[in-house]
Amino acid sequence: MAGPLQDWRQHKRPFAAIVSAPIFWLVLFFLVPMGIVWLYSFGQNVGPAAIEITGTLDNYKRATEWLYLSIFLKSLAVAALVTFICLIVGFPVAMAITFATEKWRPWLLLAIMLPFWTNLLIRTYALMMLMGQNGYANKGLGAMWDGASWLRTLVGLQPLEAWTPVQLLYNNFAVVLGLVYVHLPFMVLPLYSALDRLDKSLIEASLDLGAGHFRTLMKIVVPLAGSGIAAGVMITLIPALGAYLTPDLMGGTDSQMIANVIERQFKRANDWPFGAALSFLLIYAMFALVALQSLRGSRAKVGAH
Amino acid sequence: MALFNRQPIAPLEYTRKLWMRSWLGATLLFLYAPLILLMVFSFNDSKRNVVWKGFTFKYYEKAFANESLVEAMVNSLTIALLATVFSVILGALAGVMLWRFRFPMKSAVEGVMSLPIIVPEICLGVAMLIFFARMDWPTGLPWPLNLSAITIAHITFCFPFVAMVVRSRMASFNREQEEAAKDLGASEWQTFRDILLPHMRPGLIAGALLSFTLSLDDFVITFFTSGPDTITFPVKVYSMVRFSVTPEVNAASTILIILTIVLTAVALKLQGVKGIAETH
Repeated sequence: MAGPLQDWRQHKRPFAAIVSAPIFWLVLFFLVPMGIVWLYSFGQNVGPAAIEITGTLDNYKRATEWLYLSIFLKSLAVAALVTFICLIVGFPVAMAITFATEKWRPWLLLAIMLPFWTNLLIRTYALMMLMGQNGYANKGLGAMWDGASWLRTLVGLQPLEAWTPVQLLYNNFAVVLGLVYVHLPFMVLPLYSALDRLDKSLIEASLDLGAGHFRTLMKIVVPLAGSGIAAGVMITLIPALGAYLTPDLMGGTDSQMIANVIERQFKRANDWPFGAALSFLLIYAMFALVALQSLRGSRAKVGAH
Repeated sequence: MALFNRQPIAPLEYTRKLWMRSWLGATLLFLYAPLILLMVFSFNDSKRNVVWKGFTFKYYEKAFANESLVEAMVNSLTIALLATVFSVILGALAGVMLWRFRFPMKSAVEGVMSLPIIVPEICLGVAMLIFFARMDWPTGLPWPLNLSAITIAHITFCFPFVAMVVRSRMASFNREQEEAAKDLGASEWQTFRDILLPHMRPGLIAGALLSFTLSLDDFVITFFTSGPDTITFPVKVYSMVRFSVTPEVNAASTILIILTIVLTAVALKLQGVKGIAETH
């Protein structure tokens, strides 16, 4: 049992020794840079390399124009779709790990975590290689097409036309698939830790009392693992919303997300104040998601009492 | 085989059901197939990367002969090492601070501490770009000082992770040990070194491995803080992928994947497979 917290006033010297370095770092290299971005979002370009903070709201007005608003909404929709797919794919995986034998469970977890530790860029590149015009995904589809064509000749129909490779990369489909590929471990790990904490005898009781597996899942497992599901959703949704690399490398001209627009303001368009405003809108959106989550959490707690 | 000769499946043995196993297998295939293909094709004796033409180490030789690629790799490892050392120190202090003391505005400090973790990478990258431009951070310094901006940015997003890990590790610490040490005449510093630090060690190791991988992995934040002569490995690979996909990238990536596997094996050795599973 950990003892009660010490009051800082009674231990001023150790407190000062411990607190000063991390607080100093956090203020100087996190809060100050963030503060400068926030100030810049109210500024305007006055010269090629000069920005004046005039308190103008023009950057925010421009950010709410339909062109940018639609990209924002599209990013949100893509992130939501990715999160949903990760949940559908990840839930049975988390279930399988939870109910695996003692010997297998840690290894299965490790198998999920290893790609998560592998470099994001390398994983994206690997997927691009697979999905390229001459990649194995296309070859697999081609083989299936040939198989179907052969089956048609068996029943006396005309064979299909020769397979032409399809463009799997550089479109919205590729972005969604790429984001699912990258974010799946984010979803599985919190789901697993929630399912692991669940009292298994409740599932047994439900099955004994005649509920089917699906009904038990919907009425017992999902409500009890609710907090883990919510955590998994947030952990997947937030990075997917701010994703830069996947839409940049795997997307086409129409699949850019909000992070790509922000990057362009800094690297190419050289409109830092507008980029700063977009950044802060993204941060506010993220804050809203976190607030929504904690609201849900506190309501669930109130409901339980 | 065990597949045929076995006990009937109990109601809760979901993992033994065929569709569950297939689902798990398919997911793992989805996660691993691209990486395995990438590694296999780094040994392929063909420029076009699609048809197997025979085994070769040619592209590894090319990758090692590519000076800018090697330099990027050295930069990445240097940054990761420096960032890990600083993050572990700062993170340990922050973790102890949150675990041990009651002080005004504690929840605000906690909230701010978790912000670098949840703020989108692109926003942190932008903030670092503006900050270093505004500060007129010196560029063109001799190596490794020219990596300072990137290292600082990496420490900012790594040390809160260490703080979280250390704090949760300290929750299992028995305060009476500390009191006993003090009763027996140990000073504040001696108590910290001989009592607290040994208990903290697994948390520090986990935090260090986490920082190292996070730093080595980071592309977006580095992309905004790196200059023309401070290229890191992910930034270099990005430009190579952007302009041309060559087997050299496969070779370089394979080296990094193997490094990740080695690091994981080190973690396994130090903490055991259960320990790793629990830290996440």
